[in-house]
Amino acid sequence: MAEVTEAVEKQKKQREPLFGKKNRKLISDPLDDSNPITVQVLGICSALAITVKLYPALIMSISVLFVMGVGNVVISLMRNVIPNRIRIIVQLVVVASLVILVDQVLKAYVYDVSKELSVFVGLIITNCIIMGRFEAFALANKPWKSFLDGVGNAFGYAWILLAVAFFRELLGSGALFGYQVIPDSWYLSNGGFYSNNGLMLLPPMALITVGIIIWVQRAKNTKLIEED
Amino acid sequence: MKLFKNLLDSVKPHFEEGGKFEKLYPVYDGFATFLFVPGHTSHSGAHVRDGIDLKRTMVTVILALVPALLFGMWNAGDLHYAALGETVGFWDKFFFGAIKIVPMIVVSYAVGLGIEFAFCVIKKHQINEGYLVTGMLIPLIMPIDIPLWMVALSVVFAVVIGKEVFGGTGMNILNPALTARAFAFFAYPTYMSGDQVWINTSTDAGQSVVDGYSGATVLGSYATGGEVQYSVMDMFLGTIPGSIGETSTVAIIIGAIMLIFTGIGSWRIMLSGVVGAIVMGLIFNAVAPYAISPEQQTFMAVPFWQQLIMGGFAFGIVFMATDPVSAAQTTRGKWIYGFLVGLFAIMIRVFNPAYPEGIMLAILFMNVMAPLIDHYVVQANVSKRKKRLKVA
Repeated sequence: MAEVTEAVEKQKKQREPLFGKKNRKLISDPLDDSNPITVQVLGICSALAITVKLYPALIMSISVLFVMGVGNVVISLMRNVIPNRIRIIVQLVVVASLVILVDQVLKAYVYDVSKELSVFVGLIITNCIIMGRFEAFALANKPWKSFLDGVGNAFGYAWILLAVAFFRELLGSGALFGYQVIPDSWYLSNGGFYSNNGLMLLPPMALITVGIIIWVQRAKNTKLIEED
Repeated sequence: MKLFKNLLDSVKPHFEEGGKFEKLYPVYDGFATFLFVPGHTSHSGAHVRDGIDLKRTMVTVILALVPALLFGMWNAGDLHYAALGETVGFWDKFFFGAIKIVPMIVVSYAVGLGIEFAFCVIKKHQINEGYLVTGMLIPLIMPIDIPLWMVALSVVFAVVIGKEVFGGTGMNILNPALTARAFAFFAYPTYMSGDQVWINTSTDAGQSVVDGYSGATVLGSYATGGEVQYSVMDMFLGTIPGSIGETSTVAIIIGAIMLIFTGIGSWRIMLSGVVGAIVMGLIFNAVAPYAISPEQQTFMAVPFWQQLIMGGFAFGIVFMATDPVSAAQTTRGKWIYGFLVGLFAIMIRVFNPAYPEGIMLAILFMNVMAPLIDHYVVQANVSKRKKRLKVA
């Protein structure tokens, strides 16, 4: 009897709480130390393409959050039955079905944004972050952990997207979420002194903004500084 | 000079290790070496040094820019009063331009040097004089009416993103002055292009703009199919609208002679650039009958030598393409680099009416390509020597 209780206790010790230290790290790591965009430099194309305005960027972030969270759980549940040779195809099928789902929902409820995001919703399928997390994490971990990892990475992706979109919309169109925040009377055309920065609306500036975020991040986070 | 020397010596202890302003040593060093030849000696090995250091190089370039600058000041006033239909004396015109242009130069230097000093203090570098020329070039390639804060912002962008990100003076990939112009051009297109910005037409009470006035540049007129109001002689002398320093081919040629004579600007790049532009001009002359639109046909049919004196081509090829940092480094590379700059400059301005100033994009593009050119030139030399080794 004593042996059995001991074994049970041992098992209890091994089982982690739902939001234990390790699990919390799964969410917090991708926000900073291993951010998918600024550190791993994945998923850049969508970050450049849909960050002109905050609202589409927000919708995109939510879509990716959904696809990553659910997708990671699905792959994790199937991890023991997926034949190794065709795993990429299986992963693609999973993402593709989720993305189609998202696409339909967007078309039904936020048609304007769906049109604005156009091909980029479909391109979530090929977003390197998602495939990367499936490959690197979900295939080797249990569903709950995979879920946390997926959500964490999606948040890491989302905050960069929103930060870039914030600056691009503010400086490029003088608005936030479509609401004019810079007073009309400031503009040169109305006798003021200000003018929107047209370069902010062009893709190169998204790249430069991401670059500046990386710069600031590396200056603050000494762990990321490479030795040379 | 003795006054400066005494002053510098008296404050020196504060900036050395242990002093009050130890952190600001780069600032002190910057001023001291600007005024006097530094007493630094090399610590190891033998170095052969040129008698002329970076600061004198920069000063020479600035001197070469002076003719273009002075002409730009006079020209700004000349165009302004011509647009208003008034006749005023030489000095009135000159002062009108000076009042507009001097603040731009001050802003450019204050912002640019401020950022450079800040970076040097943070990173504990020596202050470099790389900005001295850039700071003078930036106002010269801006239109007269641009708001000062746009100049300041362009300078911030050019110095931080164009230069400091890559490691400061000498490490930049792109020419910083052109980076500033490209930034302003794409960020504030209404203030950097079109036919409203090149001539100041601000009117006081009782003044009005004359009938039939057009502020379009020569390139702008060609691009939109408008009538060109200026003669070839106007273009050569520079009494045409355009960025402040770019209009006068004569003033630029004087600058070019100074640069070539002192050995500071590469004559290879200038010469091959001109050759490249002529080649492209001749090609356009030859294919003009097959152009897709009448505007393009007139533009293509412009005599090839006239392409050299229109727009910013001359200024760009003399002062920007020859930037020793961002241009190709090898001798053969310089020929290729200059040739392609000239070729692309004319090609862009004729083919894309939205970007009449082809030289800016051509130089920036070739700046990016310069390391590639150098790489292949060096590799070609390596393989040539290897072959020789095998034969022997």
